[in-house]
Amino acid sequence: MLKFVVRRLLLLVPILFGLSVLLFVWLRALPGGPAQALLGERATAESVARIEALYGLDEAWYVQYWKFVSAAVQLDFGNSARTNRPVTEEMLRTFPATFELAIAALIFAIGIGIPLGYFAARKYGSWLDNLSVSGSLLGVAVPVFFLAYILKYVFSVKLGWFPTQGRDDPRIDADHPTGFYVLDGIVTGNLEASWDAIMHLVLPAIALGAIPLAIIVRITRASVLDVVHEDYVRTAEAKGLQERTITRRHVLRNALLPVVTVIGLQAGLLFSGAILTETVFSFDGVGRFIAEAISNRDYAVLQGFILVIAAMYVVVNLLVDVSYGLIDPRVRVR
Amino acid sequence: MSLSEIEATTESEQLEQPAGNLRKEAWKRLRRDPVALVGFGLIAFFVLVAILAPLIAPYAPDAQPGRGMITPTNIPGPSADHWFGLDASGRDEFSRVVYGARQSLLVGVVATLIGMAGGLSLGVLAGAFGGKVDAVIMRIVDVMLSIPGLLMAIAIAALLGASLWSVMIAIAIINIPVFARLLRGQMLAQRGSDYVVAAVSIGVRRRPIVLGHILPNSISPVIVQATLTLATAIIEAAGLSFLGLGSADPRVPEWGRMLADTQRYLASAPHLAFFPGIAIVIAALGFTMLGERLREAIDPKYRR
Amino acid sequence: MTTTEPLLDVRDLSVTFARKSGPTVHAVDGVSFTVRPGETVGLVGESGSGKSVTSLAVMGLLPRRGVRVGGQVLFDTDDLLTLPRDRMRDIRGRDIAMVFQDPMSSLNPVVPIGVQVTEVLERHQRLRGDKASAAAAELLSRVGIPDPTRRLKEYPHQLSGGMRQRALIAMALACQPRLLIADEPTTALDVTIQAQIIELLKELVQDTGAALVMITHDLGIVAGLCDTVHVMYSGRIVESAGRRELFAEPRHPYTGGLLASVPRLDAPRGAPLHPIPGSPTDVLRWERGCAFAPRCPNRLDACTDGPPPLETLPGRRLRCLNPLSETEEVPA
Repeated sequence: MLKFVVRRLLLLVPILFGLSVLLFVWLRALPGGPAQALLGERATAESVARIEALYGLDEAWYVQYWKFVSAAVQLDFGNSARTNRPVTEEMLRTFPATFELAIAALIFAIGIGIPLGYFAARKYGSWLDNLSVSGSLLGVAVPVFFLAYILKYVFSVKLGWFPTQGRDDPRIDADHPTGFYVLDGIVTGNLEASWDAIMHLVLPAIALGAIPLAIIVRITRASVLDVVHEDYVRTAEAKGLQERTITRRHVLRNALLPVVTVIGLQAGLLFSGAILTETVFSFDGVGRFIAEAISNRDYAVLQGFILVIAAMYVVVNLLVDVSYGLIDPRVRVR
Repeated sequence: MSLSEIEATTESEQLEQPAGNLRKEAWKRLRRDPVALVGFGLIAFFVLVAILAPLIAPYAPDAQPGRGMITPTNIPGPSADHWFGLDASGRDEFSRVVYGARQSLLVGVVATLIGMAGGLSLGVLAGAFGGKVDAVIMRIVDVMLSIPGLLMAIAIAALLGASLWSVMIAIAIINIPVFARLLRGQMLAQRGSDYVVAAVSIGVRRRPIVLGHILPNSISPVIVQATLTLATAIIEAAGLSFLGLGSADPRVPEWGRMLADTQRYLASAPHLAFFPGIAIVIAALGFTMLGERLREAIDPKYRR
Repeated sequence: MTTTEPLLDVRDLSVTFARKSGPTVHAVDGVSFTVRPGETVGLVGESGSGKSVTSLAVMGLLPRRGVRVGGQVLFDTDDLLTLPRDRMRDIRGRDIAMVFQDPMSSLNPVVPIGVQVTEVLERHQRLRGDKASAAAAELLSRVGIPDPTRRLKEYPHQLSGGMRQRALIAMALACQPRLLIADEPTTALDVTIQAQIIELLKELVQDTGAALVMITHDLGIVAGLCDTVHVMYSGRIVESAGRRELFAEPRHPYTGGLLASVPRLDAPRGAPLHPIPGSPTDVLRWERGCAFAPRCPNRLDACTDGPPPLETLPGRRLRCLNPLSETEEVPA
């Protein structure tokens, strides 16, 4: 098992290296170079030269690369051109928000997806099955931002059940020691603030969780359909085991193996998916910050955020692989 | 007793079909499949609208026939004159949605074709040469896949500047690794298959084997993947344009940007979000439905 | 022995599969046989003869959708076919147990062997914790698995095929069932292991007094094991007899063919083998005549006029209009 983890960790090295090269090249390939990009199109040649000297952009490329990597390792990605604050600081401000949103989206997608996929398979060919199959087809065909609009229009604008935007109601006075608003409310004993944060999370979480939900339903259904026809399920039936035991121990424990992988992959994608969702709901997280960085050509922010999100994605995939090893004994031994 | 009296039991039906019949079988199954047919219908509708846009749309996409009817508090919704209502600049929403099909189809098809060509070339190189070439190519593919697709598309589109081309190239690039992996997998799987071994053993050289045997046999999964990629490409293109990375000219009707522009008017003019949104869904759903069913028809593994 | 009440009494069992396309299939058609306590019964036939479906019907393990089961399966005095599902669950694994064909796929790959053994004990004997583990280890050692306490913690992929089949047998025998059904238990195993497993089954049923229904296509297994043999063809029993009678004097041409097709060591070197011509798929529907007629060397015109009845002869049941004569030597 340890060997397996170490080997997977070693695979990270070339990927992270490739990633850093890609982003390094990316920033330097921007029209006019990073200094121009930072200063805008109307910058004078002198100011460009001054900025290049200031950031060491006039040095040899390998010196620049070395400086870039050593800074990145220390999580130093420079300053945001728009807010003029360190990119790292902006990350610390926005990441908890998106984490919270991503967790809510996952709870929604897993909490509905696995039971729905399971019952669709058990009632193969029923209306529930047909509904979940067509729903999962639709789920991947509806753009996230369109779904977000629909939810916002119906449930916020028309029905007024949920707030239309943001993370909290500014009229509620709340402290935010962790940046996770739901948690903050609980920690500070301000349950009203927690509830308010949850209400703000519901619609964005549904929008963000829709694609993972569709995919989880599909994989769970297909996987359960495969497993219920396995010989070992028949063996379990022949032992006269209770249906509960058969479902939990023999069907689900096998059927959920591929689902775990898919959940991991989808979880890794939530941070980039949040770019569109957060924009619609003006949800002050990573995604909205990136969207604003795009329109403001804030390349330092883009570079830092892309690197960190991609690294997180890689690490999440690694964790999925390792956890797969934990739950599937066949992988563990190999 | 005659031979005709001997009736086959179930088992004779389970005997394997010869490989040549497999594709015919798949085709037959597809033609009877309502989901695939609806998908095909949606695609046909989408393509026809795109091609015939000038005939269908009553106005040019940048004309402002309703300019005088717009006030900051009132954007007229659907009416007999303007089926989908007017947008904030007094343009006919129906005409813009119809013309938007052109952008969407163009971006989807071009991006998919470029991505497919790039991916297939890499996959063939990796699969045909193996060894170091394979290792290097697959590492590059790994790195590309380690960045979430949308994020990478944003980075590339930002690099190239706002234009239709940059959207196409960005989406094409994020699809390259998908096709590369698919084709390499196909080649590895087929390298050990009997007919390839036979061809090698009688001294056929590498290029004829790859071009004459392996590629044609990989065509079905590639078509399936291309159909599904068209769906995601259309959605991704809308996403990039939604984020302001599409065409630099705001007069060009792009569904994604139309949705972005409507954000401020969601409460007062929901039709501006509804119609372009539905248009994206129709296009993407058509390709998704057809692609999924194609996959099921061709690969028994996905059936059920 | 003949006076004992039967433990299992299968009466006129029929199983039909409805299919979306094509006619319904009569997988089992009017099958009747009995199993007395402690008796070993062989159900013999080629694939598609309905022998496995018969066993699944007895166990109540046929899929519920698209399957119709008729007749009676009396166990003690209960008709298993009409028993409520939860009562059937109580009987399965406790009174009737089953060992399946493929030990590779019949064990859950992600659950340790130990849990798969103890779960039967927990379910039917309310054994828990250490007691259950100890009992499980005892079971494993009894079926000849060395170092059972270690094996309990292992997963199926860490065991060889033969060991897995032993583990499955241990699970089946955990609650000392009165009836054990073994469906081709050795087909997926190496030849050397096959003999060991058969020997093990023989020993275990002798020790525990359980009755055994052995389902197989291999007459060699039947010859060494079974008291009574039923030969099935295309869903019906074509011949039933005691082992000695059947082997000494097969009457149905199909039984004769099966026996003749077994290579014999005492045959002269170079003597031809005698396979049954055709394949089990060349079948006539029973309503039209004898299903074996298309392959039968003894076929009469009358054979394809209608279904031949299953006649009861002294010590034998036979479904044939033109059987091999009583003195006729089996072509060898």
